[in-house]
Amino acid sequence: MKKNENKDMFKAAWNYAAAPESTDHINLQKQYDLYIDGKFIKPVKGKYFDTINPSNDKKIASVAEATAEDVDLAVKAARKAFKGWANLSGKDRGKYIFRIARLIQERAREFAVIESLDGGKPIRESRDIDIPLAANHFFYYAGWADKLEYAFPNRKPKPLGVVGQIIPWNFPLLMAAWKLAPALATGNTIVLKPAESTPLTALKLAEIINDCGLPKGVVNIVTGAGETGANIVNHPDINKIAFTGSTGVGKYIAKAIAGTDKKVTLELGGKGANIIFEDAAIDQAVEGIVNAIFFNQGHVCCAGSRLFVQESVAGLVIQKLKARMETLIVGDPLDKNTDIGAINSKKQLQTIQNYIKIGLSEGGEIYQPECSLPKEGNWCAPTLFLNVSQSHKIVQEEIFGPVLTVQTFRTINEVIEKANNTPYGLSAGVWTQNGAKIFHLTQRLEAGVIWANTFNKFDATSPFGGYKESGFGREGGLQGLKPYVKFE
Amino acid sequence: MLPNLNNLPVYDTTGVDERIARFCSRSIKSSSKKEGLKLAISMIDLTTLEGKDTRGKVQQLCYKAMHPHDLLRDIPKVAAICVYPSFVSIAKKALEGSGIHVASVATAFPSGQSALEVKLLDTKSAADQGADEIDMVISRGEFLAGNYQYVFDEIATIKEACGKAHLKVILETGELDTLDNVRKASEIAMYAGADFIKTSTGKVQPAATLQVTYVMLDAIKDFFIKTGKMIGMKPAGGISTSKIALQYLVMLNEVLGEKWMNKNFFRFGASSLLNDILMQLVKAETGMYQSSNYFSKD
Repeated sequence: MKKNENKDMFKAAWNYAAAPESTDHINLQKQYDLYIDGKFIKPVKGKYFDTINPSNDKKIASVAEATAEDVDLAVKAARKAFKGWANLSGKDRGKYIFRIARLIQERAREFAVIESLDGGKPIRESRDIDIPLAANHFFYYAGWADKLEYAFPNRKPKPLGVVGQIIPWNFPLLMAAWKLAPALATGNTIVLKPAESTPLTALKLAEIINDCGLPKGVVNIVTGAGETGANIVNHPDINKIAFTGSTGVGKYIAKAIAGTDKKVTLELGGKGANIIFEDAAIDQAVEGIVNAIFFNQGHVCCAGSRLFVQESVAGLVIQKLKARMETLIVGDPLDKNTDIGAINSKKQLQTIQNYIKIGLSEGGEIYQPECSLPKEGNWCAPTLFLNVSQSHKIVQEEIFGPVLTVQTFRTINEVIEKANNTPYGLSAGVWTQNGAKIFHLTQRLEAGVIWANTFNKFDATSPFGGYKESGFGREGGLQGLKPYVKFE
Repeated sequence: MLPNLNNLPVYDTTGVDERIARFCSRSIKSSSKKEGLKLAISMIDLTTLEGKDTRGKVQQLCYKAMHPHDLLRDIPKVAAICVYPSFVSIAKKALEGSGIHVASVATAFPSGQSALEVKLLDTKSAADQGADEIDMVISRGEFLAGNYQYVFDEIATIKEACGKAHLKVILETGELDTLDNVRKASEIAMYAGADFIKTSTGKVQPAATLQVTYVMLDAIKDFFIKTGKMIGMKPAGGISTSKIALQYLVMLNEVLGEKWMNKNFFRFGASSLLNDILMQLVKAETGMYQSSNYFSKD
């Protein structure tokens, strides 16, 4: 196959005029304080940091930086609120959670725009995926609140106490929902820290929580960076830590709480294998590859970042994938036609660019479509690395960006071995029209989530979590309640 | 020669639906909307295929084809008029000098349940009267019975009978049931000599859908990669609004791209679509929707 031979042949002619979602309906303050004990209060040390729009480098707002003193206030408030909240009937707790879910739905448009402004993800995703799923999560766990006895028959589930929750920047509101909803339903009180680069939707959620009259101190939201997170992890009066983020920080947390009686659940990194067999519906598989790695600019812990294609169809798949990548629209996150938005932060952009350099120096063959990238802000074109192997660093390490490594395989046993040949084990994808082959693989792949003939699908009723260094504990579904209860 | 049909790509309906949803979520506004709508008009095969068609009806439709809406400037003419064989000479005369093609359905349209000799005569008669394009139907019964060679040969024979006229092959996807069948029939038609492949007669439900059109565009793309020959596409039936037409164009744009974005390689088989587009264009000019009574119904 000649290089890019069909690049010009099937080139799109019709450039869609800009279709930006309006921002005049959103309500943002210039400065955000900490949400502690049912009030927005200034940080003790009075320090603030900026949150930046990654698509144009402009400051959106200043946000309070919580220090150890603030975290202590938050934990005290949560401790004070615990008894009342835990003793409230499940039905009444459920009412509050339903109220949060409904208010998110009512203000979905505002949340979607703020999520895209603060995090750089395309409005199509924040509008159609992040915000509806976040509301769903609250709806789902609201339903469990008065049925815990049925979730754990004859085991008398009790809440753990005060829970410290630390969430990442890739799905800011959705991750807050994943953490808050089951913890609230089971009767715990919470200190939650959103990521420093994307705190705004969590702070808007604090407004909603305040509006719906949740008893004060049940949910406390403290903003800040790694140090604030460490203060939560090391606080002596916290009963459990729930963390989603990098494996590096996950290991730090595991060490920090060793020897304490804190419980912990970790949802960490991944390097998901996406496996295309020759008997797959190739065209839909190509679409699945795109959804697996370019969804949310590749800032997805369960991204399908390692592609395995059976050798007999490798040429065809790669040719079709390249052609498809030519039609991806990269640009303004608020434009409704944007497929790939901005990289979340300068720091992450550097990480990704560094891995691309490593890939090149290791001899990988790079492919990027001809897309024009905006001048300001953080941007990375969707990228393929061909001719790489399990020994390449870019195949082994999580890049957390729109960079896909492509390897070929010959037999089913070979691909199972290669797919499992990683310290991670969060997700995998299998593409074949042969049902028996799907079950053969799903039993042997070491991954918490395995998608068949689709990728990156989420649902509140379905448990999500990792194997190996991708963490432990499950979020979502009935299984998602368990990390927040103890049994007598 | 009949291509190898055992190794064709297969389609996952859920996956195709998802892809279609992505096309439909494209937001086509302002200048690109106008551009798209005008392009759509220039791709219309303005159609009347009724038992009650008359000379008068066909003549009126031809006038509409040449003058879609004289109050608006820069409105293109439609691509063709599509009629039964008995009206070819009338349409031909009415459209003289306009550059608008006359397409005639043939081969015992719409069911195709006739002897090959009858179908050939039907085709020749339309071609002799000056039809620029022939829209034939495939023998779905033979196709579903697995007689692919029969279907292939029939198309090839009809193609010969067309002479200079372009051949559009109607698969009648509403009777083929699966996307894999649609792909197979597309493959047979293209290798047998079709200039266009077309979804439906309009007489069977469902008629054109974005899903089957997607599969056919994918087949056209693969055929081009293999043979270097560009085949045209015509979804027909059920495309009655501007919104749906734009969704088809978005799909065309993102699957086959600019070389196919013209009336030589893409057509809409439609009748009521034209006035809906005109209404949208007037709205874009004036900012107001007008009553449908301001648009001629021929």
